[in-house]
Amino acid sequence: MSEFFGSPQALLILVIAGFLPNEIWRMAGLWFGAGVDEGSELLVWVRAVATAILAGVIAQILLQPPGALASVPDGLRYGAVAAGFAVFILTRRSIFAGVVGGEIVLVAGNWWLG
Amino acid sequence: MPLPPLDSPQWHSPLRAFAWGMGSVASTVLTLVLFATYLGIGALAHDSQFSLGWVLGSTLLVWAGPAQIILISTLGSGATAVQAAIAVTLSAIRLFPMVVSVLPLLRTPQTKRRHLVLVAHFIAVTLWVECYRLLPQVPRARRIAFTHGLGSGLLIVCLAATALGYGLAANLPPLFAAAILLLTPLAFLLSTARNCRQLSDVLALVLGLALFPLVSMLQTGVDVLLSGIAAGTIAYGAHWWRGRVRA
Repeated sequence: MSEFFGSPQALLILVIAGFLPNEIWRMAGLWFGAGVDEGSELLVWVRAVATAILAGVIAQILLQPPGALASVPDGLRYGAVAAGFAVFILTRRSIFAGVVGGEIVLVAGNWWLG
Repeated sequence: MPLPPLDSPQWHSPLRAFAWGMGSVASTVLTLVLFATYLGIGALAHDSQFSLGWVLGSTLLVWAGPAQIILISTLGSGATAVQAAIAVTLSAIRLFPMVVSVLPLLRTPQTKRRHLVLVAHFIAVTLWVECYRLLPQVPRARRIAFTHGLGSGLLIVCLAATALGYGLAANLPPLFAAAILLLTPLAFLLSTARNCRQLSDVLALVLGLALFPLVSMLQTGVDVLLSGIAAGTIAYGAHWWRGRVRA
């Protein structure tokens, strides 16, 4: 069982750094939600910061890749994401087509490079 | 599988409404995107040395893909729990307006706040989008049961994908494991690009990608936080400045 869940500290960190930071905002929406304007300036800033943090994490995964992704050459990793984005634009913003396009470039490129 | 008409007797039973909600998971391409995303999250957790139970717990409790990615990659790259908590909290603020905007669709005069706690927990971007699409086709009195079904259905799909991604990363040859890990940045980049509604969103995405490599050279340990707050604030500043120029 301990192998399945890992250490108790890891679970505590999951609750403190993962569960509570999300649940607080959901419950705040439930309790204090009436009367907040969805278009307010504060929420525009919040959305911009949230988007930029996620963009930073995407850049981090590509720049300092975990595990097996690190075995792919840097240029191919960036190229695959760029190709996926190009397919996404060309297919009038189809997420599915973009993901498939990027994956094909990664697998085919790696196979071709041997 | 179209939903029955609003006046159909099929809506009399809440249990049936729950089942219709769960079945609606099959009616959207977003389920497929979510499946791919959670395959990636499972694989990322495996390659960042987390246990299977831990990452399944994160899908169940956190229930927000971006927050899970931020949590796993910040903790995995050596950040402290406090640093990770701050980054996750900032990414989670966007749940607040989502909950606020969805609840009026679900309330009836008899609805108590405690009836909506589970709905609020299920709110994340996919459920939020699907509520706007599907709830108008559901009688108001059955919308909570329907949303519980929809949320449970999506949760089951995501738990299965998390476990599958974890197992695949552990057992596949490196090339295919790398392909599954690439699902995360690809799916999040494209779904964020698709959700961009105004100039500030586009700028935040582009600057967030561009600033991280610069900030990471400083080796602060809170690179993601710093580059995110800086890029987001610059993007907001451009939005504010443009509004003033126009006015």
